[in-house]
Amino acid sequence: MENIQKTDQNQVNTMDNASKNNGTPLLSLKNLHVWFELKRWGFAHAGYVRAVDDVSFDLHRGDAIAIVGESGSGKTSLMKTILGINRPIKGDIFFDGQSLSELNPRQLREFRSKIGFVQQDPYGALPPFMSVRRILSEPLIINGIKDPDEREERIRKVMSEVKLNPVDDFIEKFPHMLSGGQQQRVVIARAMILGPKLIVADEPVSMLDASVRVEILKLLENLQHSHDLAVIYITHDLSTVRYFSERIFVMYAGQLIEKSSVDGILSNHLHPYTDALLKGTSEPDANNAKIFKEVPPGEPPSLVNPPKGCRFHPRCAKMIDGLCNVEDPPEFEPAEPGHLTFCWLYKQNGHES
Amino acid sequence: MKALKNAFREILRYPAAVGGLVILFLLIVAAISAMIFIPYDEAISLWRGDEAVVYTNPKAVPPAWMNFFTSEKLPVTQVINSVDSPKVERVVEPHSDGTTDITLTYTFDFEYDRFYPEMVLYFDTTFDTKQPFVAIRWVTPDGTEIRVADIGVDRSLSYRFAQDDKLTRRLGGEVAEIGLFKVPDSDPPVPQKGTYQMRLEGLTFEPDSTIEAELVMYGMVHGLAGTDHLRRDLLTPLLWGIPIALSFGLVASLGISILGMAIAAVGVWYGGWIDEVIQRITEVNLVLPFLPILIMIGTFYNRSIWLMLGVTILLSIFGGQVKQNRAIFLQIKETTYVEAAKAYGASDMRIIFLYLIPRIIPVIIPALVAGIPGFVFLEAALAVLGLGDPVLPTWGKVINDASNNGALFRGLYYWVLEPAALLALTGLAFAMLGFSLDRVFNPRLREA
Repeated sequence: MENIQKTDQNQVNTMDNASKNNGTPLLSLKNLHVWFELKRWGFAHAGYVRAVDDVSFDLHRGDAIAIVGESGSGKTSLMKTILGINRPIKGDIFFDGQSLSELNPRQLREFRSKIGFVQQDPYGALPPFMSVRRILSEPLIINGIKDPDEREERIRKVMSEVKLNPVDDFIEKFPHMLSGGQQQRVVIARAMILGPKLIVADEPVSMLDASVRVEILKLLENLQHSHDLAVIYITHDLSTVRYFSERIFVMYAGQLIEKSSVDGILSNHLHPYTDALLKGTSEPDANNAKIFKEVPPGEPPSLVNPPKGCRFHPRCAKMIDGLCNVEDPPEFEPAEPGHLTFCWLYKQNGHES
Repeated sequence: MKALKNAFREILRYPAAVGGLVILFLLIVAAISAMIFIPYDEAISLWRGDEAVVYTNPKAVPPAWMNFFTSEKLPVTQVINSVDSPKVERVVEPHSDGTTDITLTYTFDFEYDRFYPEMVLYFDTTFDTKQPFVAIRWVTPDGTEIRVADIGVDRSLSYRFAQDDKLTRRLGGEVAEIGLFKVPDSDPPVPQKGTYQMRLEGLTFEPDSTIEAELVMYGMVHGLAGTDHLRRDLLTPLLWGIPIALSFGLVASLGISILGMAIAAVGVWYGGWIDEVIQRITEVNLVLPFLPILIMIGTFYNRSIWLMLGVTILLSIFGGQVKQNRAIFLQIKETTYVEAAKAYGASDMRIIFLYLIPRIIPVIIPALVAGIPGFVFLEAALAVLGLGDPVLPTWGKVINDASNNGALFRGLYYWVLEPAALLALTGLAFAMLGFSLDRVFNPRLREA
């Protein structure tokens, strides 16, 4: 039963994307499982932490997606796996049609150079003992660009691209001499310097002042358009999603539970968890101070021993006994095409593919 | 590089650091000049205390500069050799029958408030069959001439004034060292100050026979550092102890810091069983008794200082340093810039050496500098326990000799205090420097 469902899911994915964008996807995740082994006394097996459990999606050149979920939902583990830092235990990642599990270490390094990584805390992401020039030349040195003049030229080019102008004012500086926004620009410059095809941005603006956020998001948007980049934008803040993401994936307890366009999520979300997540987003409205928001009881489940069936069922008000707590929900497409959810509620009105 | 230069400039803002650097600089200058002016072989021979090298030194006396601090001036060693001393006047008068009169006149000043404890005249004569004859005469500052002795001189005779009973009788029962120098009829005897003369009236019986004699008056103070029970001048071990102590401390501290850091970095970075193995070795090593192992090796195998250094480093690399550094590395390993480095493909070694270690250097350097005296003291402690290097002159050996010979009971404080002061000075220099470095490298400790 489980196997059949998984095959179904893959078919849906392929069909869904083929209709939208032709050609092989830039990044393709197939039934990705990232489990961390727990050990007792340093060697005895004591189970797994299922940080990412059966996640599949395709991403084409120039597309931007947002992955939304609360802390501990597996967003970061998923991101690190895409970056090649974590190894999946099951499933595979294809980048430009090439399977990641088949790469040798040298090819893996080459693969990593095609993905840029923008992190959450810009100050922590920059080595405090290196100047901006040194920070930006590190990826170049590692990727075999030996000519110092060429490195300098590329550093200056990418710095003006992220608007660290005039370049000479910044190139000798150390991270602690820069403002938060400038630090984040350096992080983006470092992500861009190897000419990546994909940018993975892990909450790139959550640590910045509100005034700087928009600038950084606009910068990312401009870069995305000018370089035809694919972007994976990971966040827990739905209010910043709209800037450049076209699609939103909602993640809960290591699984994707809803895939939709931005508008689809905001206007017509399907999954009860998405509903709870959106309710939790606060609007700057004085009346909100007096309103008590309905939030699902309990906490996200343990990833070591997740609940059987739908992982949200212990907290879900609309739980169907005998179904939600027994069987994994398949993918339904009850509303507009391309808006998918994994929830038994849509068994009747959604056409199970 | 530039960061180092800045750090150095920063250091000079701390008076303690400047003080430490000045002391250290003086110690290094002393060490280098010791190595230049007392070459290694000479130092070893001086320290071995060969009779031929040290026979002119008095036994276990304080340094000469003690006289600056006392109103009563103690006599300083005087050595007057007829071969080269300008204080000796030589008159040679050959006779037709083949005999020769050789008169040697020793002229010297005596300006002290105490008598010499010991006086010896070392003869060195050449002849074939008939030994020369010498009459020794003593002239005090007031012009009195005293007959000391009339003796036939063998090839190398040591004439000890105090052991000549006839002379003692002639001086009215007073030993020569007192009788020859006292103010006439003073009781208790008071030294007579002024210029003395000793005349050797020699007669040789062969044409190429010669007479040379070296007058040694052993003082109650000697040299810059005093002497020990084997008449060795303590200046040699005190000066040569500096380079030995500094190199021992520096090599031990540097070796342990760097190796400990590298081991901790590798363990933290690779994690898993490598980290486990390193941790278990460290824990076992931490409970091993360090000193008894050194004593065992010193007793059964070899007491060479370099072997001790090697064993010290070996036993300490898996020490507290590894645990300390590990704690810091674990924190750095999780920083997002290391994650970013992994993402853009930095190799393991590159991350360890260019991303982890630069962060720990500010912690390591002050600890390294402040740790040097610990090893200097360890070397001294080993020597005091009788595990000092058998060949090299070190501070610890001096203290060991002093304690074995009851220096403190005999009132020979200089013997213990000199090496102790040098040890304290070394410790002070590195402590002042280390604590200032700590402030420079850890800005949180910096004064506002």
